[in-house]
Amino acid sequence: MKPITGILAATALASGTAAFATDLEVTHWWTSGGEAAAVAEFAKAFDATGNQWVDGAIAGSGNTARPIIVSRILGGDPMGATQLNHGRQAEELIEAGLMMDLTEIAEAEGWKDIVNPSTLLDGCTVDGKIYCAPVNIHSWQWMWLSNKAFEDAGVPVPTNWTEFVEAAPALEAAGKIPLAMGQQPWQQGGAFNVILTAVGGIELIDKIQGQKDMDAAMGPEFAEVWTAFAKARDMAAKSTVQDWNQATNLVITGQAGGQIMGDWAQGEFQVAEQTAGEDYTCLPGLGLEAILDTGGDAFYFPVNDDPEITAAQKELAALLLKPEVQVAFNSKKGSMPVRGDVDLGTVNACMKKGLDLLAAGNIMPSREQVLTQDTINEINDLLTEFWADPSYSPEDAQKAYADIISRAE
Amino acid sequence: MTSTDARTVEAGNGSRPPNPLLKNLSAKIASVPMALTALVIFLGCTGWTVVHSFTSSKLLPKLDFVGLDQYDRLWSTRRWLVSIENLAIYGICSLIFTLVIGFTLAALLDRKVRFESAFRTIYLYPFALSFIVTGLVWQWLLNPELGIQNVVRSLGWESFSFDPLYNPDIVIFGILIAGLWQGTGLIMVIMLAGLRGIDEDIWKAARVDGIPVWKTYVLVIIPMMRPVFVTALVLITSGIVKIYDLVVAQTSGGPGIASEVPAKYVYDRMFSSQNLGQGFAASTMMLLMVAIILIPWAYLEFGGKKRG
Repeated sequence: MKPITGILAATALASGTAAFATDLEVTHWWTSGGEAAAVAEFAKAFDATGNQWVDGAIAGSGNTARPIIVSRILGGDPMGATQLNHGRQAEELIEAGLMMDLTEIAEAEGWKDIVNPSTLLDGCTVDGKIYCAPVNIHSWQWMWLSNKAFEDAGVPVPTNWTEFVEAAPALEAAGKIPLAMGQQPWQQGGAFNVILTAVGGIELIDKIQGQKDMDAAMGPEFAEVWTAFAKARDMAAKSTVQDWNQATNLVITGQAGGQIMGDWAQGEFQVAEQTAGEDYTCLPGLGLEAILDTGGDAFYFPVNDDPEITAAQKELAALLLKPEVQVAFNSKKGSMPVRGDVDLGTVNACMKKGLDLLAAGNIMPSREQVLTQDTINEINDLLTEFWADPSYSPEDAQKAYADIISRAE
Repeated sequence: MTSTDARTVEAGNGSRPPNPLLKNLSAKIASVPMALTALVIFLGCTGWTVVHSFTSSKLLPKLDFVGLDQYDRLWSTRRWLVSIENLAIYGICSLIFTLVIGFTLAALLDRKVRFESAFRTIYLYPFALSFIVTGLVWQWLLNPELGIQNVVRSLGWESFSFDPLYNPDIVIFGILIAGLWQGTGLIMVIMLAGLRGIDEDIWKAARVDGIPVWKTYVLVIIPMMRPVFVTALVLITSGIVKIYDLVVAQTSGGPGIASEVPAKYVYDRMFSSQNLGQGFAASTMMLLMVAIILIPWAYLEFGGKKRG
């Protein structure tokens, strides 16, 4: 990586036309088709300022990319800017003084007034100072249903989770998998959180994950959530695919009734040229608790000694939240903008539902915002074990979950 | 060798005895970098890791001691226990099968078969592949819809079922198959080299005495090949303890957590979970396991010689 940047820098110096052109390496893990197109919008806008965006895409998911990003920052080879998720992933890097303080820019640009929901900015704030620039909102709280599958089974398309569970036998009789689910731990972890929100309710999830309340974690309300999750396990017994988009594909082709997955799944339906409402139906909060969690991506800027790079970093930070950049990026990415005052233009029925919920303030923090990555991984390990082993009882799993919460920070 | 050198130096110097530290000076200077590497990198970093396993280090190493908390958590984590169990099963089976198959193949090749070099190449070929490639190849072969099960079913045995990677109870054996396929070739070659080192006269003597071939192997040849077996054992054991990439490529620990291994736990905790303390505790336990096996063996192997 380094020699390449060096060569690029050398050529930039040799050509030397733009007086203040600075190369800024930006690392991220947006590599799928739609994501790459979205990140190109950032690059275009940044190049237009006279600087140069050096793309440092890292293939694989966040779990592959994050260790690489963190080791580079810790190892003294910081990039110009990097993507991370909103939340606690960069907490310690900030406390160690490795991330640049963006408060000045945030105040000059008035981020406090434009960022909606304001909790996004809280996630970037440590000791009253702002350390990251949120760029989009992604929410887990969605269920995607195949209208064709329900038509084939001769039952109406459900409007909530309860109806979906009732329709499952009819789907099975028609030779369909009721619930599609990939076999990777993060997928079961995410889906569990959605069921927890929808079946248990927003107060329960706050008590368990927010306040780490042991009574709630052992209580009967949480037991109901586990029963629902065990039910989901039965419904997905025949779903053996690995990746989330393969599971989405089962829904798109009508082989499966539905899938619990974040709003990034919508991109797959778009690529397959399906129309929301006609070919597929979306249920925010499983149709029970209409609420969205506000996870997503943010950019962090590691501290750099070079004043030219620091200047370019500040320029990029301000640029990311500009209205036209937000619109260009988010319409390609299929995510929601972080400011409430921009218009994405024509949006489909599902996106509209999401934007309405956001405008109405029906939001909750994402798992990444309330729990550390350590706790999330432990929970995912438990859930994936539960998911793969039908003899694992919901009662035992609830106890194991409560154990993890009891030592979570 | 050293004693001869000492004598030459003494003869040259004549009057006073030489400083033992200056003996073979150039050789000693040349080995300083390696000695330093061993001390600083291996011992120093091992010590640093063990010390930090008693702290609550998260993303950054901190000397914030919490006693045995990390070990408490480690040994109450299901995934770690499953990992240890898997390593034990994989380790024992891998050790036995690699040695038995490796030696048998070598002994068969040693019976002066035709096209020996062709067979040797075929058996050794898998070793040229990385574990990632091996893992992917066997992931496809063991996939019920693409691999062996599908082929046998299409031949007419409709009820044939062979999907070890999708069954939590036997998934570790699916990984074992791939590990054996890759590793036995090398052991076979080492064994073959050992067999070639056996004097022809031993065979002649055994034949004159009328000892059956198999008995000659078991009672005469194998005891004579002790150093070869020790080398093979070290190679196999180190391969077992560090098993990681094969699992990642074949199952990524699934179904559920049924094929997790300790090295993967260490990596995931240190980098994905950003919990260095927990990762260090796990790697310290791995070191301890190796030490428990290695120290008695080293004592028997080297301690005995000194006494004798």
